[in-house]
Amino acid sequence: MIGIEHYLTVAATLFVIGIFGLFLNRKNVIILLMSIELMLLAVNINLVAFSSFLGDLVGQVFTLFVLTVAAAEAAIGLAILVCFFRNRGTIAVEDINVMKG
Amino acid sequence: MISTDLTIILPEIVLAVYAMLALVVAVYTKKDGLAGALIWTTAALMVVLAGWIATGAGGTNLAFGGMFVDDGFSRFAKVAILLSAACVLVMSQDFMARRDFLRFEYPLLVALSAVGMMMMVSAGDLMSLYMGLELQSLALYVVAAMRRDSVRSTEAGLKYFVLGALSSGLLLYGASLVYGFSGTTLFSGIIQTTQHGEVSLGLLFGLIFLISGLAFKVSAVPFHMWTPDVYEGSPTPVTAFFATAPKVAAMGLFARVLHDAFGGAVADWQQVIVLLSVMSMFLGAVAAIGQHDIKRLMAYSSIAHMGYALIGLAAGTEAGVKAMLMYMAIYVTMNVGTFAFILMMERDGQPVTNIDALRQYAKREPGKALAVLILMFSLAGVPPMLGFFAKLGVWQAGVQAGLIWLVVASAVASAIGAFYYLRIVFYMYFGEDTDSQLDSNNSPVLWGALMASAALMLIGVFYQFGVEGAAAAAAATLVN
Repeated sequence: MIGIEHYLTVAATLFVIGIFGLFLNRKNVIILLMSIELMLLAVNINLVAFSSFLGDLVGQVFTLFVLTVAAAEAAIGLAILVCFFRNRGTIAVEDINVMKG
Repeated sequence: MISTDLTIILPEIVLAVYAMLALVVAVYTKKDGLAGALIWTTAALMVVLAGWIATGAGGTNLAFGGMFVDDGFSRFAKVAILLSAACVLVMSQDFMARRDFLRFEYPLLVALSAVGMMMMVSAGDLMSLYMGLELQSLALYVVAAMRRDSVRSTEAGLKYFVLGALSSGLLLYGASLVYGFSGTTLFSGIIQTTQHGEVSLGLLFGLIFLISGLAFKVSAVPFHMWTPDVYEGSPTPVTAFFATAPKVAAMGLFARVLHDAFGGAVADWQQVIVLLSVMSMFLGAVAAIGQHDIKRLMAYSSIAHMGYALIGLAAGTEAGVKAMLMYMAIYVTMNVGTFAFILMMERDGQPVTNIDALRQYAKREPGKALAVLILMFSLAGVPPMLGFFAKLGVWQAGVQAGLIWLVVASAVASAIGAFYYLRIVFYMYFGEDTDSQLDSNNSPVLWGALMASAALMLIGVFYQFGVEGAAAAAAATLVN
């Protein structure tokens, strides 16, 4: 029988994969965008699982908002990335280093 | 009723509709030719809305089933947000026009992010919190990369985007856990589950994730790493904007979540906020010592100041929230003046950000140097200036809440941090002369903002224009 814990475990795993993708990835900014998307989708699994488990529709409404915002976020991220590529000629993560933090 | 709901959020609707209409009009007519006019109309509209909100009906009004809260706290924060955004907009026009990147999108994106900030401080539900936060953040990512032809600006935008999206993800994961373990997204529902006995482990996890996401937005250590790079890389007017209105909104949201949703579990979040506060104060004080770029310096300064403001939150009391609101109002006023000065720093028409260029500035521009001296003393928290009373307020709240060692630590941190503010003053008055002097830029708007801000740092000690009473009333509506 698949219970709420199984959904939460999948979501937590995906979320952690997303975070590791952000920090361990040294290659390409597109992979960062994919990792961010993975984190948001993990949250969606959480919300839908809770919503179904609680018998409460609010969680699914929240999911729709998150999906919409995620699309807008990806669009803006890609737009900034295109501007960056025009100036720098590369989108490798290790080349985002004009300013040292 | 839908009509009463709409009346309550009318200021937000007006600003949002204005921004969208102006966008369409500008695209189909003169485009960037309208930018100057749009900056002034946007700023004027913001001032009008701030006046409307400040003088409007009192009391606490709920809209959309409690998702949107209009109370004294949100009104105080909204007035601060709108006024500081209007000041910064007006200050940026000259700078952007002379460097040829005055685009009509800029005032409209600032207006849209202001709508997001107003949503944030009025959020009464995890969903309205998230929507407000994202509306603000998405607009800010774009304005950070406003200079499309500059490597630094686009890099700042990219860094801000990636780290901001990460923080939204953390916040959202926390929100999903809070929803799952409390069964509701309404703050008024969450507080009922936390008031009865123990906070469940899942809810605590959710709270920690929420706090991490919010700490990112206020740039508290250890979630501060984007701040120096974004401040340095963004065009200076945009940096000035980042240092003012979004900080107020993020602190307001932080207070709203902690008190409205988790007000019954103060002991559970107090230690986390104390930790964030101590680390921010010390990192902000120590890391800025080696910096010679004034924008990076202001970034570390903002990290440290967020640490002091967090003391007010860590207190978990009404006095603490009041002290935090006063701190933010004073901090924003100081920053508007300081950035007005940074916008005036230029040589041969090029912006200069190295503080070495300020050597012997007092000889050439005694008036402006004196104003900067007052602002730097105030930022450092030297007694006669208003900045000291801001710190005193949070210290009093901290002592009352029994956080004595936190207050002592913050006094030590502010003594360390005073070094880099005073170094700027030292360079201006006693530094060795260099051949790389700054030109005298006498834009009346910038000069006025600098002088007004410096004057307020002195006048404010005697007469506070009713801000203190408003902050007290605002805190009383939030904490109950």
